[in-house]
Amino acid sequence: MVSIFMLWGVTLPGLSYAQNGVPSNPKESTATELRFDELYSKYGVLGLELSSKAKSLAGKSIRVMGYMAPPLKAEAAFFVLMRAPASVCPFCSTDADWPVDIIVVYPRQPGQSLHSATPMAITGRLELGSKIDRETGFVSQVRIVDAELEKLR
Amino acid sequence: MKRSLFALTSTLLSALLFSTSAFAGAVFPVDRAAILVGSKFDFKVEFDEISDPSNVKVTVNGVDHAKALGKPATFIENEDQLKASSLMLRDVVIAKPGRYEIVASNGKQSMTVNWDVYDTGPRKAKNVILFIGDGMSIANRTAARMLSKGIKEGKYFGKLAFDDMPHMALVGTSGVDSVITDSANSMHAYTTGHKSSVNALGVYVGRGKDNLTHPKVETITEILKRKTKMSVGIVSDAEIQDATPAAMFAHTRRRSDKEIITEQLFFVQPDVILGGGSAYFLPSTTPGSKRKDTNNMVGLFRADGYAVATTKEEMKTVAANSGAKRLLGLFHPENMDGSLDRFYLKKGTVDKYPNQPDLTDMTRAAIEVLSRNKEGFVLMVEAGLIDKFNHPLDWERSVYDTIMLSNAVQIAKDFAAKNNDTLVIVTPDHTHGLSIVGTVDDSKPGTDMRDKVGVYEQAGYPNYPPADANGYPPSVDVSKRLAMFYGNTPDYYETFKPKLDGPFVPALKDEKGNIVANPAYKDVPGAILRTGNLPGIGTRAADQGTHTADDGVLTAIGPGSEQFKGFIDNTEVFRAMVTSLGLGSGQNKVHDRTASALKTPVKPVAPSMTRGTQAATNAPKTRELVKTN
Repeated sequence: MVSIFMLWGVTLPGLSYAQNGVPSNPKESTATELRFDELYSKYGVLGLELSSKAKSLAGKSIRVMGYMAPPLKAEAAFFVLMRAPASVCPFCSTDADWPVDIIVVYPRQPGQSLHSATPMAITGRLELGSKIDRETGFVSQVRIVDAELEKLR
Repeated sequence: MKRSLFALTSTLLSALLFSTSAFAGAVFPVDRAAILVGSKFDFKVEFDEISDPSNVKVTVNGVDHAKALGKPATFIENEDQLKASSLMLRDVVIAKPGRYEIVASNGKQSMTVNWDVYDTGPRKAKNVILFIGDGMSIANRTAARMLSKGIKEGKYFGKLAFDDMPHMALVGTSGVDSVITDSANSMHAYTTGHKSSVNALGVYVGRGKDNLTHPKVETITEILKRKTKMSVGIVSDAEIQDATPAAMFAHTRRRSDKEIITEQLFFVQPDVILGGGSAYFLPSTTPGSKRKDTNNMVGLFRADGYAVATTKEEMKTVAANSGAKRLLGLFHPENMDGSLDRFYLKKGTVDKYPNQPDLTDMTRAAIEVLSRNKEGFVLMVEAGLIDKFNHPLDWERSVYDTIMLSNAVQIAKDFAAKNNDTLVIVTPDHTHGLSIVGTVDDSKPGTDMRDKVGVYEQAGYPNYPPADANGYPPSVDVSKRLAMFYGNTPDYYETFKPKLDGPFVPALKDEKGNIVANPAYKDVPGAILRTGNLPGIGTRAADQGTHTADDGVLTAIGPGSEQFKGFIDNTEVFRAMVTSLGLGSGQNKVHDRTASALKTPVKPVAPSMTRGTQAATNAPKTRELVKTN
């Protein structure tokens, strides 16, 4: 829990790089840029509220920059994208939990694993709404499907 | 010579004989368990192989267990297909104090354990307030005293609220499985009087595969709810499902079962619940939820008469209402923010959740509500973030939260001073490998920060500004500061400076699964790579600091506090609390709360929602959760 808790909402030098060191509009795509801090318009104790920008992009192609969390398990069809680097796999350490504003990414080609400190850009179709992953039982609210991964450094 | 040869042969023979079995066999409660008379526990025997039930014999002080314990244990021939037999007897209560010898045999293997079932004598304290400084090490206390009270020429200008208590003890924290404990296991010892194992809450860890079927022991919350009319409060600045608060009521082998723990909280129904962790109360359809089902746990608490607060102001308003006796305050979906971020740096998640109360606000509100019960109360208050910040080697944040704990303890002491009928205990649950080694002085020559560390006479004194009215130095970023280091670490970049941009993240996992120093701090001027001494790969690879087995320092004041002296085992904290409350004396009238708890007829939505409520929990078994809006 600790590491991830510490990271949520924290601007680390690595994240600054991801936000500032990369052109905001990828030349090869018409995807709309969506930043982590644009995902929700309200952070309430009894629930978050999706922003109008996020809602308007549902079903459309978006590009988000973030950090890949260590995979839940090697063969999982998805991975968790976080706003800042994470170090703990919650299925491996009982002290761990994801922050509430994660994005679940289903890559077009699963299996790619990157250093959790490496900023990456994810381009794919935005899906909103509660969904349970059939294999793992993992519940997600925000997903990017058919995703392409791009290492940013 | 002959003798030693025989011994060697016998050892080899034993090794061969038992090498086919994956289990050594076990009896729960374990040998030398001390058990409060009249408390509930599950009795379990695990043989090391499939056993013939006709050969199985279990006696209690020489008498067949069915007669001695009132009912026969259930024989499980092949437990969880592990090729070994077990006996399980749920909800055992021993009514007579004394020494009990249990002998379990299957004709081949014989195991003997002894239990000490103790009485408590009459009630001495009306209330108990137990403060847990999670992971609070001696260096946390010393640094908190230096920063909050000031020190000159070797003498402090004041004491922390828990320094100034008449009774003190060193507390041993090791568990059944390991010298090193976690917060689940160690708090479980405080709340049940039994030892357990890492990650376990309210259970002994058997070999069963289901987290919820391990042998349970009754928690202090359940004992109070079953036997008395007293109120119970649980307060934490971590998630309310986190190990320490959960140990007040939960039963699971894995502390990470937070969704289930939230349900168990609902069934036990403590009167005041304040903390973080709201994400596990929200239906899965709500953004921010961490539940897998659509149960609205906040709605369920509301339906049972709880006033719900989500901000500091709401909590104060509810607490001030003289009619309020049940309060659920949730202030953050996860762990709350610490005092350094909340009051000074405005980092962490303070911008998203600006209306969080701190531990002092929550302690005050809890006491206000609970003290309306003339029968008395037990309140547990955890400063959970001391540990949450010690883990990532962020000592400044952990020390600020130690100061916050001192402020909260002062509120409890002021309350206790009015009637002298409240036992106040302050203790860590375990420690960290943190020490104060000197100072770091930016004005020293050179660019290497290591050369700016002063030891012995070169350390002198730091130049933190005097503490403000709340007891905190308004700035932690000073030119001459404490040099504090952790002894058990992963690889990390030591910056010798406070982490002003947000809590420290010392290490990360790379694509090969190795733990590596977080490169984000590599270029901080003067930073050096400290090679860690903890495992960097494998299931227990450490990306942060870890707990230590060093004793914790407990201090106490009020009726019953004289029980704390010298060295004590952590299970004796439970014993001291129940002794002060006279819970074994029979003076607290038995009060059956089941009838009132069943007042609302409910319709089941999710059958799984009754999970974890059997056996030693005292929740009405017929009750199921229902979705409300």
